[in-house]
Amino acid sequence: MTQAPPLPPLHMQRDRFDPVPELAEVREGPGIRRVQSVFGAPAWLVARHEDVREVLADASRFSNAGGLAMRMPGDTRSAEEKRRAMAGQMLAADPPDHTRLRRFLTPEFTVRRMRRLEPRIVEIVDEHLDAMERAGSPADLVPSFALPIPSLVICELLGVPYADRDEFQHRTGRQLDLSIPMDERVALQRESRAYMDRLVAGAKADPGEDVLGMLVREHGDEMTDDELAGIASLLLIAGHETTSNMLGLGTLALLRHPDQLATVRDDPESVDAAVEELMRWLSIVHTGVARTTTTEVEIAGQTIPAGELVLCALPTANRDPGFVDDPDTLDVSRGAMGHLAFGHGVHHCLGAPLARMEMRIAFPALLRRFPRLAAAVPFEEVPFRAFHFVYGLHSLPVTW
Amino acid sequence: MEIIADRDLCIGAGLCVTSSEAVFDQDDDGIVLLLVGEPEGADADAARQAVSLCPSGALRVEE
Repeated sequence: MTQAPPLPPLHMQRDRFDPVPELAEVREGPGIRRVQSVFGAPAWLVARHEDVREVLADASRFSNAGGLAMRMPGDTRSAEEKRRAMAGQMLAADPPDHTRLRRFLTPEFTVRRMRRLEPRIVEIVDEHLDAMERAGSPADLVPSFALPIPSLVICELLGVPYADRDEFQHRTGRQLDLSIPMDERVALQRESRAYMDRLVAGAKADPGEDVLGMLVREHGDEMTDDELAGIASLLLIAGHETTSNMLGLGTLALLRHPDQLATVRDDPESVDAAVEELMRWLSIVHTGVARTTTTEVEIAGQTIPAGELVLCALPTANRDPGFVDDPDTLDVSRGAMGHLAFGHGVHHCLGAPLARMEMRIAFPALLRRFPRLAAAVPFEEVPFRAFHFVYGLHSLPVTW
Repeated sequence: MEIIADRDLCIGAGLCVTSSEAVFDQDDDGIVLLLVGEPEGADADAARQAVSLCPSGALRVEE
């Protein structure tokens, strides 16, 4: 007899596209619940849109630098190794440290800068569609489209040799898979770190026109090499693990809603709203980084002492009927910003303008190239990835 | 109404520029620039939306 697979922690539990009903019960009931976080430490799970916004907006009472959220049982790294690994990790920093690091990068992610990238992203998308067409139906949309497009974009933007992508993708995918044993994840982190150190050394010796080159040229004397490696690592992981899952999961969501798929395919004006609605409805980042209370706080009517973990349930918050009507229905016509899928507060996703642009280009291009695109396996057999820090699909076989 | 932009708090998310390019811009460092301090009509509505969206709380509105 095979053993039933263990369930991920409550805040990561989903029924395909939807957060499990137990999470909606937290939101509609007390609004907050004591849960086990990923590594077993107790945490508070906040579920309503307004409360999640409040927590995320308040970096002084809800700290990312608390350290508690980053402490993993079984992590065998020395204190010095951990300190080096945390340098430059903006997601584990509070203002003013966070502000200093983030400001090094903001020039590279402005709306104007993204527009300059647009033609190159169109080209990358077209090349991958050409390759799919040449190889012929059927195909797995994840390795042929959803993963390589954001991967190539972030590698080019950052200055990472695209030839290294396979090795890197394999590592990051497993590093963030919470079902992988800790000793293996620590080993992967070390390999990843050594790779980043080599990359930074290369950029310092010969800074290119990419983000790493810019950081070295403009801010090389304001940052340590550890900070450079940390920032590069964060951007590379974020660039690989987010947009690619949105492209895979978003395509499946549209295939399950053919009338809305037709709108995205046929009406260029609909695309901005559709991307926002897919982001809201899918909310692929379950919680982001857990916050640590710096003082006694009250949230959702609950008093929480200092030094406790607080998790924000982003999918549940984005489906709060107090935020949008009929929240469990995917309706691409109503999409608007204001959802929390990119977070909120000072840690609001730095790459959001890039992610939006990639999705706005990729979804309609795919659907126009293959107007008869269809899933090649029954919906029940599509493998969703249950244990990953970022939700998504392992694969999506399609025909056209 | 008057829009106030605190450039020290800005994190360069750019949601304001996305909301209204008539009212907001970003400088070369990605930090918010207020083009119109007292927007009217549709610009005022868009500016209000930008204030509500601003993730870092760098924008506020005074009626």
